[in-house]
Amino acid sequence: MNAYAPILGLILLAAVFAVGSVAFSVVAGPKRFNRARLDSYECGIEPTPQPVGGGRFPVKYYLTAMTFIIFDIEIIFLYPWAVRFDHLGVFGFVAMVTFIFLITVPFIYEWRRGGLDWD
Amino acid sequence: MNAPTIEYAELAPLITIFGAAVIGVLIEAFVPRKVRHPVQVAVALLALVAALVQVILLAGTGMVAAVGAVAVDGPALFLQGTILVLAIISVAFFAERRLEAGGDAFAPAASTLPGSEEERILVRERMLQTEVYPLALFAVGGMLLFPAANDLLMLFIALEVMSLPLYLLCGMARRRRLLSQEAALKYFLLGAFSSAIFLFGMAFVYGYAGTLRFGEISEALTANIGQDGILLAGVGLMAVGLLFKVGAVPFHSWTPDVYQGAPTPVTGFMAACTKLAAFGAMVRLFYVAFGGMRTDWQPMLWAVAIATMLVGAVVALTQTDIKRMLAYSSIAHAGFVLTAMVAADQTATAAILFYLATYGIATLGAFAVVTLVRDSGGEATHLAKWAGLGRRSPVLAATFALFLLAFAGIPLTSGFVGKLSVFTAAIDGGAAPLVVVGVIASAIAAFFYVRVIVLMFFSDPAPEGPTVAVPSLWTAVGITLGAAATLLLGIVPGPLLDLAQQASLFVR
Repeated sequence: MNAYAPILGLILLAAVFAVGSVAFSVVAGPKRFNRARLDSYECGIEPTPQPVGGGRFPVKYYLTAMTFIIFDIEIIFLYPWAVRFDHLGVFGFVAMVTFIFLITVPFIYEWRRGGLDWD
Repeated sequence: MNAPTIEYAELAPLITIFGAAVIGVLIEAFVPRKVRHPVQVAVALLALVAALVQVILLAGTGMVAAVGAVAVDGPALFLQGTILVLAIISVAFFAERRLEAGGDAFAPAASTLPGSEEERILVRERMLQTEVYPLALFAVGGMLLFPAANDLLMLFIALEVMSLPLYLLCGMARRRRLLSQEAALKYFLLGAFSSAIFLFGMAFVYGYAGTLRFGEISEALTANIGQDGILLAGVGLMAVGLLFKVGAVPFHSWTPDVYQGAPTPVTGFMAACTKLAAFGAMVRLFYVAFGGMRTDWQPMLWAVAIATMLVGAVVALTQTDIKRMLAYSSIAHAGFVLTAMVAADQTATAAILFYLATYGIATLGAFAVVTLVRDSGGEATHLAKWAGLGRRSPVLAATFALFLLAFAGIPLTSGFVGKLSVFTAAIDGGAAPLVVVGVIASAIAAFFYVRVIVLMFFSDPAPEGPTVAVPSLWTAVGITLGAAATLLLGIVPGPLLDLAQQASLFVR
């Protein structure tokens, strides 16, 4: 049972954080309400009413998500490599440089094709 | 910690293709749009030819590379060489610019709405879709890796690298864009599902064997004599993923829609190369990793093979669209290959390799012929419009008839030798009842192939029938090569049969 104690602690911590932050924002947050505040949460889209024809949303969401994925994948592999950097030697270094070059290629593509221009 | 050794010389074909694909992405980023098309086509063709030369130079190798993750052996090299030859012809078909008034078979920009002002501007300025070439190279890279993968993780990565570009390529048709995008979405959703099921099966197999390498899974099988539910579940789920990719019944339902909706050069590429790669991977997985439990998976493949042959042949009878008919025909062919797979020995491997090569060549040729028969709405794919085509352009109709006869397995075509060898292998492997079903299915299939031939040569042409477009030299050479190979391999199959026989030993 002892092995499960940290998990229990983590669950407790998560519950305290979730309930605590909601409670804290109720107590300490400024009470200014407007239409946007009362709407259901959406990342910048009008949630209701559904526009005619199903609604189109800006392609920027997609591009931002893809940019995130590029860096997300990069950091996922960089971090374990950085932790064991001294043990992996030249082979690990060369492999990582190759990997970073390859992951930069889609980024260059996105930049050159205007994916980073906001308007 | 010791650095792993990577056999760069043996992995050269893969590195060439993936390297060229990355260069292709950089070309998209830096080369001006006006000159991008010729540059991309040149890079793609050069890379494919270079990789083909490297594969030929590697012939006779039998080893595992990259710490056991990639096999460089006969079946892998045979299939890689065949896929590269087919891909070279496919890229020539992709680059065909004389059939459509405004360019090639692809939408100038996949993101524009059909019929919108943006699209009209692009068409007026004769802009061409160039991203298809790096995408095709990535797909080819995945296809080269898929039958060579000797490790569950590598198998999954190859599956995804092969599939993701194909989903995109399907949605890029210049004409009938909505049908094309629908095909892409269907293929993507079902493909993602089957990948997830495949991955789930991998997890089970890993849970049983405690290893990802095919050879070690095989050792784990012989060590544990008792049957294990986890292993059976794993093998079954992995089989679902692979049977989806080869288009076997009951996992075939995406095939007709996707083959019909995708731009026809892409359909040809997909039908030929994906099937080769997927069967290569399936045969390696089942023979090398799961060979020790063949009595468990053979009954499943029996059932799937029978269903695939019969459904493919019978449903093809009712089709009125030429692309859908060819799609069902490809399903039936998957069934014929599965009959040989049931035998699970070296003769079967050789027969499958030969069959796949001949099927791939004929399929690519048949879909290329479909791109040439056109009316005002683009390709005239309705069967009724093909009536009397033999009177208007006898050479083209005769070429198509040759491909159809090869599909039907008529003597003096490559299809006959292919079918004979898979059925012989199946009989030797003790699957004679399966061969009986196979022969019946072949007879049904022959009926609808012959029906198309009769329609082309013995019925009167419709008054506003389609015209046959004159293609560029490259496409003409591609179709001629396909027809010549189909005929030649039917008359003198010996050399390729010998090659397949020599290449049929899996390294373990």
